[in-house]
Order: sequence, then structure tokens, then C-alpha cells
Amino acid sequence: MAATRFRRKRSGVVALTVHPDEALVLAGLLQQLADLVAPEESADADPLAALVDIGTTTEAPDDPVLARLFPDAYADDPEAAGEFRRYTENSLRERKHAGALRALATLEGPGKERDLVDDDVQAWLGALNDLRLALGTRIDVQEDWPTQFHGLAEDDPTRSLFLLYDWLSWLQETLVRCLR
Amino acid sequence: MGRVTSAAMTAPVELDQPVSATDARLDRPWITIVWNDPVNLMSYVAYVFCSYFGYDQAEAERLMLLVHHEGKAVVSNGTREEMERDVTAMHGYGLWATLQQDD
Repeated sequence: MAATRFRRKRSGVVALTVHPDEALVLAGLLQQLADLVAPEESADADPLAALVDIGTTTEAPDDPVLARLFPDAYADDPEAAGEFRRYTENSLRERKHAGALRALATLEGPGKERDLVDDDVQAWLGALNDLRLALGTRIDVQEDWPTQFHGLAEDDPTRSLFLLYDWLSWLQETLVRCLR
Repeated sequence: MGRVTSAAMTAPVELDQPVSATDARLDRPWITIVWNDPVNLMSYVAYVFCSYFGYDQAEAERLMLLVHHEGKAVVSNGTREEMERDVTAMHGYGLWATLQQDD
């Protein structure tokens, strides 16, 4: 059974093959990502504001992963950053959530190559990047992460997370290459 | 080069064409900065610069390398509203971007 991969066909269409075992791993990761980025339900949300995607949050998330996925837009102006966040974070969360679910939906029927439409490709590109950002933040990945990895003890549980990060990086790289 | 755009990921590209540096100095003093981070792939960052801003491959690679080596690069300039749109798009792609007034 072929390993998971993206391939650009002669027609220019990008096709995805998913190994059944890896489909389970990817499905789990994409579902977790969708849950993580889902817009927050706030009890005191203004229903009218919610209709036009204006949130109540003005503070950067405490969780470093969410803070990396939804960074401040103004580096030196907390007030402007908060206002910007109030108007943009919810819709950004919705887009990332929808993208993760869209990529997840292409995992049905693993083992056979399937053509991806452009929206699927963009969903995968964004979701793979978001997964790597989330995982990379959790394990505190640095530019020279192989050195970090080789410095870990044999029984260090984060070793498997580094390997997962490496695999997702490879998948994303092959997908980007399909688009050039 | 395969060019894929998606309503789900990008703001309308045609409204965001970078303006010349001269315009920016006169009346459009806002800039979008993309910052280096250890996660984003170099190929992906260059792809985003091509596909969102419409830069050619050489310019996209130049800006990507600037981010990588200098820690940051100015990737667009324009009105504050335009830069907020660009920053939102960059965050959509997972790039670490901020906007500020050019000094």
C-alpha cells in the first residue's frame, strides 16, 4: 500500500493518496485542529454582533498554540490589537475550522488516489500549516530542530511528536511543490 | 506555476496590488511586516507571497529570504485598511504578520 502523498498529475490537478493507517492519524489530527480553532461560544455575546462575526475577545489567547494561530496584528499597540482581534478573530477561526473539516472530508475512502479541487488543496495547505504551528509550538521547535531531537533521551515521549512534526512538514513540502 | 486561490483563504487579490514606494512615502504610510518563525517552511512562505500578493517567483523568494535571514520583511504597503486586510490574510495562511505606520 502506497504511503500518503500529494502528486500533481499531467493535467495539473493535485491528487491525494492516503495510506489507511495514516488516514486514521490525519483524521484524528484534523478533528483536533477543527475543535481547537472553533469559534468560542460566549454567553454574553451580542447576537447582532455575532451575526456579522464581531466577537467579544480583545485579549490574545493564553494558550501559546492559540496565540500563535491568532497573533496580535499590532506589535506595539495593545488597544489597536484588541480592537482588530474583536473584528477578525471569529471569522478567522471559522475559516480555519472549515478548512480542517474540508481536509478531513477528503480522507474518506483511503487507499485510492483522489483528485482534489482547488478549495481542497487550499484547505490541506492551511490545515497542514496550522497543525505544524500547533505541534511546533507545543514542542517548542527551533530552526535547528534535528539537533533538539537528537538531544532527547531514547524514552522521551516528545520524540514521537518530533517525528510527527517531521512527517507533516514533508507532506506540506510535497504539496507546495505540486503548486509551483 | 500552479496558481490556486480560494475564497476561504484569501482576501480579493486584485484590490491588494502593492503600490510603489513613492506612493507609500507620500500618502500611504502603513506597512505589513512578516516575521520569521521556526515552523513555516521557506517554500510555503514564498508560495504565499506569490499567490496572495501576486509577486513573481524571484520577488517572492527575495522577500522570503529577507524574512529568514533578517528576521522580518516589509511585504506590502498602503492604507491602514489595506494593511489590515493583508495582515488578516497572512494570519489566515499561518504567517506571523503585523502592521504599523512606516517611520
